[in-house]
Amino acid sequence: MEHTGAEILLECLKREGVDVVFGFPGGAVIDIYDAIPRFPLRHVLVRHEQGAVHAADGYARASGKVGVALVTSGPGATNTVTGIANAYCDSIPMVVITGQVPTPLIGNDAFQEVDIVGITRPCTKHNYLVKDIDQLATVIREAFYLARSGRPGPVLIDLPKDVVQAKTKFVYPKTVKMRSYNPTIKPNKLQVKKAVDMFLAAERPLFYVGGGVISSDGSEELAWLARNLNIPVTATLMGLGAFPGDDPLFLGMLGMHGTYAANMAINNCDVMIAVGARFDDRVTGKLATFAPEAKIVHVDIDPTSIRKNVRVDVPVVADCREALKGFKELVRERLGEKDYKKANEPWVVRVQEWMKTHPLTYRTDTGCENEPDAGKIKPQYVVETIYEITRGDAIIATEVGQNQMWAAQFYKYNKPRTLLTSGGLGTMGYGFPAAIGAQLAFPDKLVVDIAGDGSIQMNIQELITAVCNNLPVKIVILNNNYLGMVRQWQELFYAKNYCATCMDAQPDFVALAKAYGAEGFRITEPEDVKPVLEEAFKLPKAVIVDVRVTKEENVYPMVPAGASLTEMLLV
Amino acid sequence: MRHVLSVLVENEPGVLSRVSGLFSGRGFNIESLNVGPTLEEGVSLMTITTTGDDQIIEQIIKQLRKLVTVIKVVDLTEMQAVEREMMLIKVNAEDSNRAEILRTVDIFRCKVVDVSQNEMTIEVTGNQGKLCAILNLLSRFGIKEIARTGTVALKRSMQLD
Repeated sequence: MEHTGAEILLECLKREGVDVVFGFPGGAVIDIYDAIPRFPLRHVLVRHEQGAVHAADGYARASGKVGVALVTSGPGATNTVTGIANAYCDSIPMVVITGQVPTPLIGNDAFQEVDIVGITRPCTKHNYLVKDIDQLATVIREAFYLARSGRPGPVLIDLPKDVVQAKTKFVYPKTVKMRSYNPTIKPNKLQVKKAVDMFLAAERPLFYVGGGVISSDGSEELAWLARNLNIPVTATLMGLGAFPGDDPLFLGMLGMHGTYAANMAINNCDVMIAVGARFDDRVTGKLATFAPEAKIVHVDIDPTSIRKNVRVDVPVVADCREALKGFKELVRERLGEKDYKKANEPWVVRVQEWMKTHPLTYRTDTGCENEPDAGKIKPQYVVETIYEITRGDAIIATEVGQNQMWAAQFYKYNKPRTLLTSGGLGTMGYGFPAAIGAQLAFPDKLVVDIAGDGSIQMNIQELITAVCNNLPVKIVILNNNYLGMVRQWQELFYAKNYCATCMDAQPDFVALAKAYGAEGFRITEPEDVKPVLEEAFKLPKAVIVDVRVTKEENVYPMVPAGASLTEMLLV
Repeated sequence: MRHVLSVLVENEPGVLSRVSGLFSGRGFNIESLNVGPTLEEGVSLMTITTTGDDQIIEQIIKQLRKLVTVIKVVDLTEMQAVEREMMLIKVNAEDSNRAEILRTVDIFRCKVVDVSQNEMTIEVTGNQGKLCAILNLLSRFGIKEIARTGTVALKRSMQLD
């Protein structure tokens, strides 16, 4: 029996275990939409294609599965680019299916035609234009394999309308054969031994972990090593949750807005074990002075990450979990040799001293000068309260900017996949659709988007997506009437020339929530923060909580761009 | 330093753009890039000449290997290799200069492939040094146009020290 391209696509999605697709229909994909009701697939209609891709991304980050978005050709396809680039930067497994004009029209500037394969070539792990229906099943199989294996990433499949309409026999390829793609999963044993020798001989070892530990499910191995050897851990923004945030060995995030303890530990460690992190410039600051005393072990599944920015003494190309498992096996054999816990104790004491003397904090007395609401609600307090109410048992999404950094600093992520944030690309408007995706993956969990008044407006149209799908996502807006992070830079480095960062004219977010059929609250007094958030979190529907916070609050510590990690501006 | 990379790729639409886009997008330098089919159907060989310090070259090679359509990357600079480039030179050839031009062509063991009343087109193959030398010698007659293929290279069968 013959099947249409649309049916083959949907059958393949079913076999790949896809249960939710985020999408927006159009002429080029109308045949796929025609077939959707015949398949056991939940289609979530978004209001903007960027929302679809971020939602698929949030779904993928929270669940560990491949997120899927389906959009039409031309503008539908170009609207996905930011979301794709975002997933690419953060290595999120995703398959994006775009419609395309019929093959005879390709290249003719047809209606709603765009070369999306060309446009997304630099920001996808790989992409395909399917010109022959007999290739379709193989391409989809490969796309999912590529998206989830090795260093995960987004894969785009461009489907011309005539391919979707054509018919052929459906053959689902049993295996994927790609001779040019063979990611290294298991680490080289010799390199593992070298690495273990190096960090067991260290006096001041430090784990610097990133998103790779989370995407490889390597948290347990990491915790075993850190605890059995007494090695402190610092994490990148993407790595938050890879190691329990409330563990005494955890130093918090490092880098530009990292903790004093983490940045000092980087500066003083003698062996750094970098796992699934890529030495991003927001992490390293000035490269020449980064970890000046440390020998570096770098574990990454992507060989291009190694030695891209820093010299590395022991490179280990492997899946992070496999590498950590390899470390664990060797360490276990050697635990009897010496009391490593005791040997590292002086270093741990020193590091914890830094945490005590310079904890993450904020001023509660006055605000900044020129602030009409000085001393009122501090945004950090709002994040702390969210942690207090949820006890860390929530999925937190963030937008980008000050809200994101406060969410990273003042909420403790004790489990992997509980923080969804745009790390690499820094996409404003990411958090809310990502929260929608996460809520679909975990309908019974509390999902909170910590937002800024600027960022939330970049994809606020998805409020109706949340409402009509009964997704009780909570949006907490830390509303300071500013594009806060840019304002902070203008204050510190551009002589307070607040050009284009003041957002005095804002929508009434409470009324807006209600207009969409969601609930809205406004908080203006510190004593209302906890009770109102508690009430909001209990409501079984989408809620916006507009919290009016002090206007000119800054994120500290801060390492100015290009400075050394030790040159921190503190509160 | 100059490196010659031999890159085996799947011959499918867009592969050249993936490779060249990688160079332009990451700010790497391409001196020349040459593509042609191999013995195996569906597989092409690219010879890419590029420059950069060791760290850049390492990144280029790793980034190339990361492309899904790239099968194999070899840095020929690390071994003995045969390098050739072909160039067509259209040179001013007045009657008074013809004999001298033909002599030069003879010495360099290259060919005249087209001739007219006042021009000659010469086909030269060789390594960069040879191409450079003949270009230099002919320049005094006035070179009107050149077309170069960029380097192609193969590893030598015997790797002698």
